[in-house]
Amino acid sequence: MPSVAVRNLSLNFGAVPVLKNLDLDIEEGEFLVLLGPSGCGKSTLLNCIAGLLDVSDGQIFIKGKNVTWEEPKDRGIGMVFQSYALYPQMTVKGNLTFGLKNAGVARDEIARRIARTAEILQIEPLLDRKPAQLSGGQRQRVAIGRALVRDVDVFLFDEPLSNLDAKLRSELRVEIKRLHQKLANTMIYVTHDQIEAMTLADRIAVMKGGLIQQLDHPQEIYKRPVNRYVAGFIGSPGMNFLDGAVSTDTGAPRFKAEGIDIPLDNYRFENARPGAAVFGIRPEHIGINSGDDWPFSAAASVEIVEPMGSDTLVWTRLGGQNLTIRVSSERAPRTGDQVSVGFDPMNASLFDAASGVRL
Amino acid sequence: MSISGNEVRRPSRLFRNLSAKIASIPMILTALFVFLGGTLWTVLYSFTNSKLLPRLKFVGLDQYERLWSAPRWLTSIENLLVYGVLSLIFSLVIGFLLAALLDQKIRFEGVFRTIFLYPFALSFVVTGLTWQWILNPDFGVQRLVRNAGWESFTFNPLYDQRIVIYGILIAGLWQGTGLVMCLMLAGLRGIDEDIWKAARVDGIPMWKTYMFIVIPMMRPVFITTLVIIASGIVRLYDLVVAQTSGGPGGASEVPAKYVYDYMFLAQNLGQGFAASTMMLVTVAIVVVPWAYLEFGRRR
Amino acid sequence: MSNPGTLAAAVVGADAFRAPLEGPRGARPRRALSRRNIFLYGTLIVVALYYLVPLYVMIVTSLKGMPEIRLGNIFAPPVEITFEPWVKAWATACTGLNCDGLSRGFWNSVRITVPSVIFSIAVASVNGYALANWRFKGADTFFTILIVGAFIPYQVMIYPIVILLREIGLYGTLWGLIIVHSIFGMPILTLLFRNYFASVPEELFKAARVDGAGFWRIYFVIMLPMALPIFVVAIILQITGIWNDFLFGVIYTKPDTYPMTVQLNNIVNSVQGVKEYNVNMAATILTGLVPLIVYFVSGKLFVRGIAAGAVKG
Repeated sequence: MPSVAVRNLSLNFGAVPVLKNLDLDIEEGEFLVLLGPSGCGKSTLLNCIAGLLDVSDGQIFIKGKNVTWEEPKDRGIGMVFQSYALYPQMTVKGNLTFGLKNAGVARDEIARRIARTAEILQIEPLLDRKPAQLSGGQRQRVAIGRALVRDVDVFLFDEPLSNLDAKLRSELRVEIKRLHQKLANTMIYVTHDQIEAMTLADRIAVMKGGLIQQLDHPQEIYKRPVNRYVAGFIGSPGMNFLDGAVSTDTGAPRFKAEGIDIPLDNYRFENARPGAAVFGIRPEHIGINSGDDWPFSAAASVEIVEPMGSDTLVWTRLGGQNLTIRVSSERAPRTGDQVSVGFDPMNASLFDAASGVRL
Repeated sequence: MSISGNEVRRPSRLFRNLSAKIASIPMILTALFVFLGGTLWTVLYSFTNSKLLPRLKFVGLDQYERLWSAPRWLTSIENLLVYGVLSLIFSLVIGFLLAALLDQKIRFEGVFRTIFLYPFALSFVVTGLTWQWILNPDFGVQRLVRNAGWESFTFNPLYDQRIVIYGILIAGLWQGTGLVMCLMLAGLRGIDEDIWKAARVDGIPMWKTYMFIVIPMMRPVFITTLVIIASGIVRLYDLVVAQTSGGPGGASEVPAKYVYDYMFLAQNLGQGFAASTMMLVTVAIVVVPWAYLEFGRRR
Repeated sequence: MSNPGTLAAAVVGADAFRAPLEGPRGARPRRALSRRNIFLYGTLIVVALYYLVPLYVMIVTSLKGMPEIRLGNIFAPPVEITFEPWVKAWATACTGLNCDGLSRGFWNSVRITVPSVIFSIAVASVNGYALANWRFKGADTFFTILIVGAFIPYQVMIYPIVILLREIGLYGTLWGLIIVHSIFGMPILTLLFRNYFASVPEELFKAARVDGAGFWRIYFVIMLPMALPIFVVAIILQITGIWNDFLFGVIYTKPDTYPMTVQLNNIVNSVQGVKEYNVNMAATILTGLVPLIVYFVSGKLFVRGIAAGAVKG
């Protein structure tokens, strides 16, 4: 039985469809990330699961119980918001206990849960402070604590780290991961940050236009994106896309474009068909002057070199199209160099030019 | 200081930004001569025995002693207190409740808001005359109820010395509550929506969310509104003039009317100046602590 | 939706959880007449009626003849509609010895309001612009005095202004009153414009200066066109404020230059003669008409204006 199940979920704001007939199963203890650009419906979906938005159609189950019409407080969820949403006039302790007192939880039980939460999140010294006296990271920790004291099965995170600076974000990211390992609760986490998604998720649901484009393990999404949109959204620096066509004239399928001819023997086709296509290859899967025996290699000229510390990003032209390559900095060429680039089409992704669907 | 280079001289400080300074002349004149100068002038002359014309003949605190022993002034102050306290409480409470009702994702919100606010577009004179008519004992509410069968019903605020100030209060609230509602609604809309969501997830009932979370968060809005209402209350004048002309028998006199009458009708400028200085003090008692809290602390 | 029969058939045999169709589905059921809605809309409608009744009473009274008013109650709609009170209020109602109705006050108010609005906004907008973009030493001091001045009761400054106006020979004239309105409109308008111009990106102003534009050129070519919305807010604020003024009108003008509000009060509260309530109400509506029209036409901008102008009281 899934921990959270979404069935045929639709939501319209007036005449505008925001979520379109979604289905989603989340296993007990799973960390699921809803990933997508703003306006893709990911936060809306989370709010529906939380019961903060009324759905237009479909059902939501939490722990096998139909909660479609339940109030948020009765769904067995805890939620963490981007803006923290701490009650500013109350102390940290007040923030943590307010909901429990309201629910009529016994006093010693409240004390026990506060102590446990404070210990897990290491916020004991902050309990008597007001939110205004806390740093951003501390506030978010308290916000997580408010979800934690509810002692629920499912945690919902709505872009919890977006208001923090980069350094704090990576620290708290690790902390959330640690929390998940420790509590082993089901967690649903909304973000537009693919690094957060890749590092935290057991599975990622990439969303766009109110639809889930792909739902899979991070590595699968990275390696075998189902369409060109997902391929372009995941990965930084982004995947290279070469326009051309798949041809089977000479027997074995090849990808051909002006000055480019890539053998596709190694490529695992899902549905091979000739015609206009886009060839996608990630910058880290391309080698420069590596001396390896690549199934495909060609000469290219280096246009721009961008050192990024351990890695260097090399912008080259291949047959009139851009190709960026990520190499370790020791092996970086210089601007103007003529280099030999090579890769294995096994690592590549082919998409239909018109529909963007993986071939 | 100067190593006088002849050719390239820094233009005189006075002429830098000359256009801006010229453009600011009206403001400078107003600030200095009207607001600052005028106030000091009035305060100064409140210590003189000026009658028909201002004269610099100082009589110490005589005018204030006379003021505070004048029954009419004492009535005025009493009225202002009753009107002020009640109007503060009622307009804040009613204004907030209306704003909270309108904040419930109401249909026709715009229509309701327009209705609650339109009296604010009307002048106090129009407001006063309208309510004078509605509260008229021979034609208005009292007659209506008596005609309906309750013969002994008495509701005659404008001709009853004991309750006349409440008659004015009814009109004043009708005119001004819409403004408070608007300010409160803006305050409510300024509350982070996530706060409401968090409270819902926590299972906190709506009234408790208002009482313990939202209202405390709106403290600055309440304080600003309070100052706005309070500084308006002190100026209460047109409404009284139109609705009761201070009557019956001087029972609805207010300080601003006292000032006007002594300055322009009774030709006793000194009393007028002393009374207006007392108004200034009243405002200062309200505004200075607020300004201190609002601006002083930030530095 | 598809036929429920086929749906039921689809469930049979399928994994009971895979296709759970029983139980709540879709939006929470909401009755239009829930107890919450009855309370909510009921309260709002009652309160709205309370706010509307005075306007209604004014209108019906102004359309009745005096005999009908004496007999009936003020809430009853007119049996026989007559526009005579309106005509009389406009053209022949008496104040003291003058019997040419409210029309004189109306035109006085127009002659006061139009130049006052233009003059006060022109001064305040340039002022706000100078304060926001061309800070000079001492400017903030004067501005602080101005803002503090907005809280000083007018009564404190009335008499010194009488003296000033008398000195320059404008006491009792329309122009004297126009100056007074410009002075007392200055704090809030200057604040309004200063805040607006301060929110304009500074780069724009800097770019114009690098291009060699001076104080007035930047004001007229760049700032003025950008500030149109705030000008509208200021105009709404000033029209209603000045039209509704009573205190300054009564102090700084003479009977034949009285603005409409003062004249209205004199007509209604005159002790001589028989009270003609229908004429009084027609006159009251006529006086309230201009700000009401401004209010209903301007809608949301009015709210913005009062939020900004509330300080003025």
